[in-house]
Amino acid sequence: MTTSASAAPSRWARFRDSYLVYSFKRDLIAQVCLVTFLGMVLAAVLAPWLAPMNPYDLAQIDILASELPPFWIDGSDPTYVLGTDAQGRDLLSTILYGARVSLVIGFGAVILQAMLGVTFGLLAGYLGGRVDAFLMRLADIQLSFSTLMVAIIVGAVIKATFGGAIYSEYAVIILVLIIGLAEWPQYARTVRASVLAERSKEYVDAARVMGFRAKRIMFRHILPNTLSPIFVISTVQIANAIISEAALSFLGLGMPETQPSLGSLIKSGFDYLQSGSWWITLIPGAVLVVLVLVINLLGDWLRDVMNPRLYKG
Amino acid sequence: MALLDVSNLDVRFALRQGEVKALRDVSFTLDRGERLGIVGESGAGKSVAAFTLLNLIAKPGYIAGGSIRFDGQELTTMKPRQLQQIRGNKISMIFQDPMMTLNPVLTIGEQMVECLKAHRRIRTRAAREIALNKLRQVPIPSPEKRLDQYPHELSGGMRQRIIIAIALLLDPDIIVADEPTTALDVTIQAEIMSLLLELCEKHNVALVLITHDLGVVSQVTQRTLVMYAGRVIEQGPTREIINDAQHPYTQGLINALPQMATPGSRLNQIPGAMPTLSRIPSGCAFHPRCSFAFNDDGSPRRDCREVIPGFVRSGNCDVACHMVRDLVENNSDARDPVEFQEAP
Amino acid sequence: MIAFLIKRLFHALLVMFVISVVSFAIQDNLGDPIQQMVGQSVPESERAELREELGLNDPFLVQYLRFAENALHFDFGYSYFYNEPTTDVIMRHLPATLELVFATTLLIILLSVPIGVYSAIRPRSWLSRLFMGVSIVGISIPVFLTAIVLIQIFAIGIHVSLFPADTAWGAWLNGLLSTSGGMPAYGRGDVTHVFGTWDTNFASLNGLTYLVLPAISLASIMLPLFIRLIRAEMMEVLQSEYIKFAKAKGISMRRIYFLHALKNTMLPVITVGGVQIGTLVAYTILTETVFQWPGVGLMFLDAIQRSDIPLIVTYLMVVGLIFVITNTVVDLIYGLVNPTVKLTGKPA
Repeated sequence: MTTSASAAPSRWARFRDSYLVYSFKRDLIAQVCLVTFLGMVLAAVLAPWLAPMNPYDLAQIDILASELPPFWIDGSDPTYVLGTDAQGRDLLSTILYGARVSLVIGFGAVILQAMLGVTFGLLAGYLGGRVDAFLMRLADIQLSFSTLMVAIIVGAVIKATFGGAIYSEYAVIILVLIIGLAEWPQYARTVRASVLAERSKEYVDAARVMGFRAKRIMFRHILPNTLSPIFVISTVQIANAIISEAALSFLGLGMPETQPSLGSLIKSGFDYLQSGSWWITLIPGAVLVVLVLVINLLGDWLRDVMNPRLYKG
Repeated sequence: MALLDVSNLDVRFALRQGEVKALRDVSFTLDRGERLGIVGESGAGKSVAAFTLLNLIAKPGYIAGGSIRFDGQELTTMKPRQLQQIRGNKISMIFQDPMMTLNPVLTIGEQMVECLKAHRRIRTRAAREIALNKLRQVPIPSPEKRLDQYPHELSGGMRQRIIIAIALLLDPDIIVADEPTTALDVTIQAEIMSLLLELCEKHNVALVLITHDLGVVSQVTQRTLVMYAGRVIEQGPTREIINDAQHPYTQGLINALPQMATPGSRLNQIPGAMPTLSRIPSGCAFHPRCSFAFNDDGSPRRDCREVIPGFVRSGNCDVACHMVRDLVENNSDARDPVEFQEAP
Repeated sequence: MIAFLIKRLFHALLVMFVISVVSFAIQDNLGDPIQQMVGQSVPESERAELREELGLNDPFLVQYLRFAENALHFDFGYSYFYNEPTTDVIMRHLPATLELVFATTLLIILLSVPIGVYSAIRPRSWLSRLFMGVSIVGISIPVFLTAIVLIQIFAIGIHVSLFPADTAWGAWLNGLLSTSGGMPAYGRGDVTHVFGTWDTNFASLNGLTYLVLPAISLASIMLPLFIRLIRAEMMEVLQSEYIKFAKAKGISMRRIYFLHALKNTMLPVITVGGVQIGTLVAYTILTETVFQWPGVGLMFLDAIQRSDIPLIVTYLMVVGLIFVITNTVVDLIYGLVNPTVKLTGKPA
């Protein structure tokens, strides 16, 4: 007799033998992307220890060393591997710190979107009727107005209400709020669609017949079954949130230059493009693109693996 | 010479998990005006066989061997452009689900006229006349109006009539009908089937009827081919197969017909299920489900796990079964039903 | 059917209503017309009088209705900065943006359909893989960064000295990878007056060259999305039974691809496309900022920096109207293309 414990494989074993892991092992692009992404996240998290200098510390900045080119160009200073920006800050350090800010805002915004979107999506899909009609209309209108536009308007209104100084001070929180509020419909729609698909299934009826309350049915029974689409769109949404943050910062509605994200680094460097100091804007730009690209590629791969419709033949 | 001569046809699917053999060593012939039924459970390879006849197997499927000779021409190696001239023209096809078969954004007229224009130098006006004529034959009320309608404006039965009209547009030699009535209401099924039979007889068109319904086969076809797991296991005159099936699988199919069951008792099912094509048992693919695959003392028959070398002739039928082979070899009159039923 | 039209119209009105409420709320909370009219020096008592006179103490609903009534007459007040009716300011800047969006849309349609169809028909060819690879990179580059890179390459020029310049191949490679720049990347260049406030870039070669880089940057975000969408839809359509049936009828592959499959592919693409074209307007803010293109996007950003509330509100209303109109037009086109939606009641 085998005991039930040994008969049921452990969570780890099930994960290890899953199709997800199997296809990951066979997909070189996915492996490279995951390693790159984890590397970038790690570098951003460890920025205070990795960065040669602290770009927030004015005492460390040497204004005479401004606009120095990266190491492979004549006139570079070996102290500053990737050169310096217009204020004399070491570019490598500002990029590490900037990536940190971008990632924090990206993840924060996606967590907020997911919480809002999943809640509204569950409510709309499960309760139906007027709640559904209202929430989905709202989502429609917001989406038809484009998420970037919504983010810009909300940002503009907040800036006009509280003034630039306060906006700069609380920029991280404000940006998380703006991007979170602008993008929740993506989640709500996806979750609602899968709830509608799940709701018609028998186990939900069974749970209802057994007298479980709506809240329990939604969170314990329906939500777990909608996790894989949520997971897939989350990757894309993180990439989008990072781009949105960069766009807002570029428009002057994001992180201030004293506490730069990748977007505000690109913005501050743009003014010096004409004078030939392309690296101030293009190196942070390249970092941003690589970061977003690996997330998008991972998202594509996840979608292929998790969508059963795609691997039928 | 037969109109269509299929010999040793092998079709495979190159899937991620490896190669899957969808058709193995399929051979049959079809004469002008003859009606052949291909029977089997779903997954037996019937539809693959139908699409292969027009060399329409889509990737990842491909023809791995064998030949299809139509009117002396080899279809398996023919150039795409020449094949196009045969499809819809000499050999036409009727699909399973009329709701999915017609293009939703083109009118019935457009879909009929384009078929005529693809094969003949003809003006639109003349093509519409032919189309109208065919629509009258399948009879459809007010055919002029239908030509300008879209598929979604018509019922399923109506659409299948239109598809039959399209199949007849160029007076083909062969119509391949892949489960033409399965998707329809039961009340319309018989109507459509008898229409198809009537038109084939009238125009002397050969018919390959793919179905899982032995009842339909017995009413419509002259010869029958029974498939199991991608192989032909029995073929011969329909009457002989229906009245006195040799292969245990065919017997099972016939016994499973509702009219064979005694009222009030359970239907006679064949135990087990058809193997998936990627896991076909060795030897006779049917042996795990076969009640004859055992010796008198109850031990499993060894030879059933070995490949059947070929068909054994029993009466006018060709059968691929070790048990039938033994019967034929031991007894000159293997077709005696009494003898047969005592065999196990 | 008529019902379809009425439903669309009702939806459009609802959207405009929501936008107007949002716009009014912004104006009501942020704009202080008294400050703008009289400045700081006027005593508080006079301000209160003026406030009463202008109806600023009326209840929210009354004020909203007044706002809505004015909005119906396209009267949104005066811009603080320009000191002229906001609608005039918008009308002066709108043609530049519309021309940019038009050029971009043209670019997207002309490129996405052939590329999407090709990579759906030949998904395994190296060219399709290249298109797909480039398109995912394209999605990952923010519009403003594409614009900056284009400026660096085609306007400023890049001088590559990576390879040894004293060897023939090194010099050749350096020359190959370097660009001389020179493309215009600032403003609209020579425009031709058409009528009213409308000046066009399309009438002269000089005007067209100024359009090239902004239009390419703006297209860079949507083009990959459309290519991927068209490819995915087309691949799904190609799996369908009616395509197999068309093949079985002996129809030429060209007709199958470009009539049978493409027509069905375009149905969902039109729906998504309509929304996306509206989204383009939002992205003009970024593109116009980088290229200093004198359109409403740049004007809007300036208005935000200057806290020019009436201009911001007018912009919102106008852009909202543009979104609503494009969406409604797209729905109508969809209805015309898709026979299962009956627009007239008569059989199509």
